[in-house]
Amino acid sequence: MSGLYLHIPFCKQACHYCDFHFSTSMKYKGEMTQAIVQELILRKDYLEDKHLSSVYFGGGTPSLLDEEELNTLFETIKACFVLGADAEITLEANPDDITEENLARWQASPINRLSIGIQSFADEDLTYMNRAHNAVEARRCIAMAQSFGFKNLTVDLIYGTPTMSDVTWENNVRTLIDAGVPHLSCYALTVEPKTALAYQIKTGKSREVEEEQAARQFEILMRWLEDAGYEHYEISNFALPGHRAVHNSNYWLASHYLGVGPSAHSFNGHSRQWNIANNAKYLKSIAALKENEEEATVGLYEIENLSPADQYNEYILTGLRTSWGVTTDKMAAPFKAYFIEGIHQFVDKGLVFEEKSVFVLTKEGRLLADRIASDLFFSN
Amino acid sequence: MKHIRNFCVIAHIDHGKSTLSDRLLQTTNTVADRDMKEQTLDDMDLERERGITIKSHAVQMNYKHTDGVEYVFNLIDTPGHVDFSYEVSRSIAACEGALLIVDATQGIQAQTISNLFLALEHDLEIIPVLNKIDMVSAMVEKVSDQVIDLIGGSSDDIVLASGKTGEGVLDILAAIVDRIPPPKGDPEAPLQALVFDSIFNPFRGVIANIRLLNGTLRKGDKVKFIATGAEYSADEIGVLKMDNQPEKVLSAGNVGYIITGIKQSKEIKVGDTLTLTENPGEMIHGFEEVKPMVFAGIFPLDNDDFEDLRDSLEKLQLNDASLVFEPESSAALGFGFRCGFLGMLHLDIIQERLSREFNQDVITTIPNVSYYAYTKRDPDELVMVRNPTELPDPTRLDRVEEPYISAQIITDVEYIGGIMNLCIEKRGMLTKQHYLSPERVEMNFELPLAEIVFDFYDRLKSISRGYASFDYQPLDYRESDLVKMDIKLNGENVDALSALVHRSKAESFGRKICKKLKELLPRQQFMIAVQAAIGAKIIARESLSALRKDVTAKCYGGDISRKRKLLEKQKKGKKKMRQFGKIEVPQRAFLDVLKLD
Ligand SMILES: Nc1nc2c(ncn2[C@@H]2O[C@H](COP(=O)(O)OP(=O)(O)O)[C@@H](O)[C@H]2O)c(=O)[nH]1
Ligand code: SF4
Ligand SMILES: [Mg+2]
Repeated sequence: MSGLYLHIPFCKQACHYCDFHFSTSMKYKGEMTQAIVQELILRKDYLEDKHLSSVYFGGGTPSLLDEEELNTLFETIKACFVLGADAEITLEANPDDITEENLARWQASPINRLSIGIQSFADEDLTYMNRAHNAVEARRCIAMAQSFGFKNLTVDLIYGTPTMSDVTWENNVRTLIDAGVPHLSCYALTVEPKTALAYQIKTGKSREVEEEQAARQFEILMRWLEDAGYEHYEISNFALPGHRAVHNSNYWLASHYLGVGPSAHSFNGHSRQWNIANNAKYLKSIAALKENEEEATVGLYEIENLSPADQYNEYILTGLRTSWGVTTDKMAAPFKAYFIEGIHQFVDKGLVFEEKSVFVLTKEGRLLADRIASDLFFSN
Repeated sequence: MKHIRNFCVIAHIDHGKSTLSDRLLQTTNTVADRDMKEQTLDDMDLERERGITIKSHAVQMNYKHTDGVEYVFNLIDTPGHVDFSYEVSRSIAACEGALLIVDATQGIQAQTISNLFLALEHDLEIIPVLNKIDMVSAMVEKVSDQVIDLIGGSSDDIVLASGKTGEGVLDILAAIVDRIPPPKGDPEAPLQALVFDSIFNPFRGVIANIRLLNGTLRKGDKVKFIATGAEYSADEIGVLKMDNQPEKVLSAGNVGYIITGIKQSKEIKVGDTLTLTENPGEMIHGFEEVKPMVFAGIFPLDNDDFEDLRDSLEKLQLNDASLVFEPESSAALGFGFRCGFLGMLHLDIIQERLSREFNQDVITTIPNVSYYAYTKRDPDELVMVRNPTELPDPTRLDRVEEPYISAQIITDVEYIGGIMNLCIEKRGMLTKQHYLSPERVEMNFELPLAEIVFDFYDRLKSISRGYASFDYQPLDYRESDLVKMDIKLNGENVDALSALVHRSKAESFGRKICKKLKELLPRQQFMIAVQAAIGAKIIARESLSALRKDVTAKCYGGDISRKRKLLEKQKKGKKKMRQFGKIEVPQRAFLDVLKLD
């Protein structure tokens, strides 16, 4: 089974922390859908296994796609791949796009899961982040989606925002528990280079992001969700039993996936590649590719072949983030000994838990996942 | 001989020394246009990057003058930093003239001045050249006046040029012939050749660059270096074209090179006199043994690399005779070397070369000067202290002496106040002050060497906006109230960070170091106390809170590569760490800890 990711690179306004690829100008929106359709057709053979376990519309803001655009995309997907009845089909939607009209047409489409970018239920935080929606919209959209039959929801939250108190954060988490949202993705606010947020902090216009606060709020999150019966199956992902995201899990479990649209990433087991993160250039490359110009692919994507060490490092990086952990059984021989030598100090410190040569991060370990993973990395 | 001209170039950084030199080489067809790369003479990468000349360079050109006669020009390029002032003085001693290059948009700058005075002391004929006159911001008249103020003459003596357009280059060449006197000297007299530079060549051994003052040198002659007393045979001699060009004979007035099969740079001393074993000449005045001024421990990041480090230092010493080292051991760092340097820039360069040319990652301890200590048991016996840990225990110590220097600072009058304050802060004493002109003043100070080693030169430059020259000579040793300051991480001494400091400065220095270390240390899973102590007494402290969280939230849209690369970078950083007890200290921390303020 494979995964399919479609990147819809448009947003109404730019969130201050965001370093994803998107444009706030809708100039190329019509053309973009056509180009993505083209790319699907041209690159369908990238996936050896045409059975899709997951289709994910991400962005940007895919809830901006109109009915016709969505239909064309689904027609193409169905023509190129095999979409089973139980495939997870997710659309990322921002609260301000969750209207009765939209919900009705999404319900009529193959979409069976919404991923809602709520981030916070407090206006103060939403303003700080420059989100397009407000707290009222945030609260209203969940019940609305559920009333249209979207029980399979996932909500994104952000914590560690300087404006956010522990009490607000606790309330945010509890609101979702109470609403019966079965899957949550919770991210600590990170200041990425070259974002508006980074600039504002540098020039003193925004308060700095405190590590201590983020650590505390991560702990609050783990506590509440554990009590409410959610599985913490990946550093940032929590699910009620039976609701783990198929799509995200594909990333962690090294399943193959095809990503189409500007900046989208693909993986086929031995190499990773990513499309150019520029709408105009993407459109041009796809047009050229369609004309069968040889050099067109040069501008379309960058590719990286994974060496055995890269593969080992990726396995550590992704595996340690998950509740299924890493096992030496899956490591190539030269790395096994290296890994065993390195992991023990973390087991001794109580950061990693071992059972039958499967190694999983403990709660304390999850706070230091990057440090532990990079320590275990192989580099020469 | 009357068709030879020997000259050097004096210029402030960026005033166009390299560019104009390139033009001279091109115009005289010394370098073919197609072989021309910029900054031909600065051939170390480090020199090109930093825009400074670290080693002397010499090159010979042939120039056909307007009178149709062919002249031989020897251009000797000189290093541009006070650390290397002895080399500069030897290069100047090898010339009869100097081009003083001044950026017409900037005017005369300080660094030029000490070299200019050195050149005037050696009676060199100065040809002032105003460069960059192609630029609209060129202030030809104003800068000409400055030049005349400084060296006299009239504006007719000043050549206007542009390294960019090539304008004036022919005038410079003509002026060299017309104004710089040909060398004097007697080819029949006993040989006296000044060694002004030595270069290590991995295939040929050490090549000495020489200026023949008197006498004649023939290939195969038995020769002797007077100061070292060592005798060799002149296996190869020649002149310094872009590549060395062998000759059978070199005679008085000329500049050239000699290869004698010497394998180690330390066997040749810059400033020494080369002569013939038969009928030897006299020693040329001005020879000095260059002595290291600053000492620091250099330790391999990984103890297993000790022998590799020794190898690398030996190779570096082959072409840098001013580097000295001997093995030492440290409680915290294991085995390494105590090295002696000409100054901080020299130390910096050695460190950089170890990393670039030999791939050696090292930890450098806090540098220090050398002290004289006397114990109560034997108050007359001198104990040499080149490492803070060698200082006898305070209970046994009778007294310590530290080296003093005499410093000359030439500056504009408006900076006198600032410079006075700096020198007082540095425990200096003004001994003399006199006006060179209504605007320029020479100030003489006596200062502890230790105080000028670290940030003095940079501070001076910033106080005077670059408009102060600085030169110094060792003076004597004087008794001083020095204490050993230790740095502790969670209570453990890190001896690489120990320093001998004047008691009055210990506390502020300690505070600065603790603060800096707090910035430089990565947070770890526990709290770290950074302390400065004199004996058992803590004089400064900082604490570094424990790392709470190190995990990035998202791996969005399957972008695993980016995350992997981020962590790979973290991993690389970790490899360059040294463990002190439980605490990991990055290599960079040792390099940067002294970059205070
Ligand atoms: N416009 C102009 N630029 C020049 C001239 N001579 C040198 N430069 C520029 O000034 C800078 C410093 O020159 P360089 O020869 O490296 O100076 P050095 O540090 O004295 O060797 C370089 O960017 C040169 O290109 C000139 O006559 N005119
Ligand atoms: S809506 Fe999403 S993709 Fe668009 S700017 Fe905000 S965070 Fe970024
Ligand atoms: Mg230069």
